[in-house]
Amino acid sequence: MTTAARPVQHAVEVTEVSRVFAGRKGASVTALDAVSLTVAPGEFVSLIGPSGCGKSTLLRLIADLDTPTSGSIEVFGKTASQARIDQDYGIAFQQAGLLPWRTVTGNIELPLELHGAGKAARRERAAELIELVGLTDFAGHYPDQLSGGMQQRVAIARSLAESPSLLLMDEPFGALDEMTRERMQNELVRICAETSAAVVFVTHSIPEAVFLSNRVVVMSPRPGRIRDVLGVNLGRMSDRGENLREDAEFFHSVSRVRELLHGDTPTGARGVETR
Amino acid sequence: MSAGAGVREAAPAPAGSARANPAGSGLARTVLPPVLLGVLAILLWQGFVTVLAIKPFILPGPFAIGEQFVANLQNVVSGSVVTGRNALIGLVIGAIVGVLLAILSALVRIFDGMAAPVVAAVAVVPIVALAPVLCTMFGANAETARQLVAALAVFVPVYFNTLKGLRMVRPVHRDLMRSYAASAWQATKTVTLPTAVPFVFTGLRIASSLAVISALIAEYFGGPVGGLGKSITSAASSSNYGLAWAYVLGSIILGLLFYCAALGLEKLVSRRAPTA
Ligand SMILES: Nc1ncnc2c1ncn2[C@@H]1O[C@H](COP(=O)(O)OP(=O)(O)OP(=O)(O)O)[C@@H](O)[C@H]1O
Ligand SMILES: [Mg+2]
Repeated sequence: MTTAARPVQHAVEVTEVSRVFAGRKGASVTALDAVSLTVAPGEFVSLIGPSGCGKSTLLRLIADLDTPTSGSIEVFGKTASQARIDQDYGIAFQQAGLLPWRTVTGNIELPLELHGAGKAARRERAAELIELVGLTDFAGHYPDQLSGGMQQRVAIARSLAESPSLLLMDEPFGALDEMTRERMQNELVRICAETSAAVVFVTHSIPEAVFLSNRVVVMSPRPGRIRDVLGVNLGRMSDRGENLREDAEFFHSVSRVRELLHGDTPTGARGVETR
Repeated sequence: MSAGAGVREAAPAPAGSARANPAGSGLARTVLPPVLLGVLAILLWQGFVTVLAIKPFILPGPFAIGEQFVANLQNVVSGSVVTGRNALIGLVIGAIVGVLLAILSALVRIFDGMAAPVVAAVAVVPIVALAPVLCTMFGANAETARQLVAALAVFVPVYFNTLKGLRMVRPVHRDLMRSYAASAWQATKTVTLPTAVPFVFTGLRIASSLAVISALIAEYFGGPVGGLGKSITSAASSSNYGLAWAYVLGSIILGLLFYCAALGLEKLVSRRAPTA
């Protein structure tokens, strides 16, 4: 990067973070156990792992929607809470979470409106984003008139509204069909190259993780841990295109992630609590 | 919440149903059967009264009632205006107080703790039982007592439904507002209130018929004449049974009017109701 002289400031720095949910009658769930992870500015990191391994929990902690039981989280050198207050990130949830009484445009304008952008600027930005996610014909529609995949695209557009330098995305393409999905992946690659935003991206799809990421973080459940981190050598974001999906290195990385996921240690191994 | 509250709460009317039908045939299909049933019932009733030669002071036939209704239309309408006005004023006052107190309860936990038992008590008191007391309190020449009785009856369902609505904010919306670092007021304005609005109108729908019933029954306990309730009692006591029934018909129409207006409003605002 250009700022090589100064010590590199991480976009996200997660240090020894654990999150234990207290259950009923003393039974507790260790959603995350001593997880450490750094994300460089402009870097695309995917979190992949079986259901319930703490991916959403980790994302919520970074977003300061939840607080870790122990450990610390820094976002752009600030506390997660300060970063949230400074609006350093945009987030797309696992559920679209649109406001049903607002149109597509109204939903995308929401963050801009809350942060005091002028009406004209809002309209312009919303129109731009609606075009980006391919919903131009639906700008005036309400969420209940859209398919699940279309709603999710609105949510993605909303997360991009303020051009954040960190994007947190929780399975944003989960509800999309394969074709739209690949188109959105290409778009996301392009957006990331353009805005040089760092992305933490949760997914269940191995090819998706490989296609999009600089690094793929493979997690294991009960307790949620990082099993391994795999660097993907597919070149710079801006050079990634459709033909990459045919690349030998792409297939190699896909099978590496698959091996790690179905990995050596049997999933769901119990009795490994070290704390 | 109290046991008494449960009965008075209801989910907002399903939004889609009205829109789902193509307008023409759908309307015919929803309106025709009850109309047919009504006509059939009236004919049966008339036949029953005529064949068995039932005395009018026991049960007049529907045609006799209709005759009286048409002949005294002016009186019935003016009675409906008086009672309807009381019901409407009660509805507005009860709704405003109910919504405001519900907002206060949702915002201030201590207030909720204090208000819950009081409102539960109000909910189980037969409101009409207060009518004679209020009547003497406000004197024989004022409509105030009747409006207050209606307002009290309205307050309960509006309060409970609004409070429920204010607590229906989806977790993902709460997260969203937090991620935007929205202020408490911004979050209330953008998410909490819009979520609650359909519930408020559901409360109003339930309250609308209660308002008419309460305002009407409150007239039985004294106060100025002119309303439907007083007219029913005076017609009945002067053995004018057909007329008494004509006033009853008037009050049914008035109640339906209130209910349909409230239902229409509810349908309108819950078109974009959050799917909970
Ligand atoms: N608010 C909560 N209260 C209690 N337990 C929770 C809570 N949130 C998450 N958990 C638990 O933490 C664990 C991790 O949940 P999380 O939602 O992070 O999984 P995930 O990796 O996102 O799964 P998925 O891929 O299905 O979305 C689960 O066992 C879950 O039951
Ligand atoms: Mg999840």
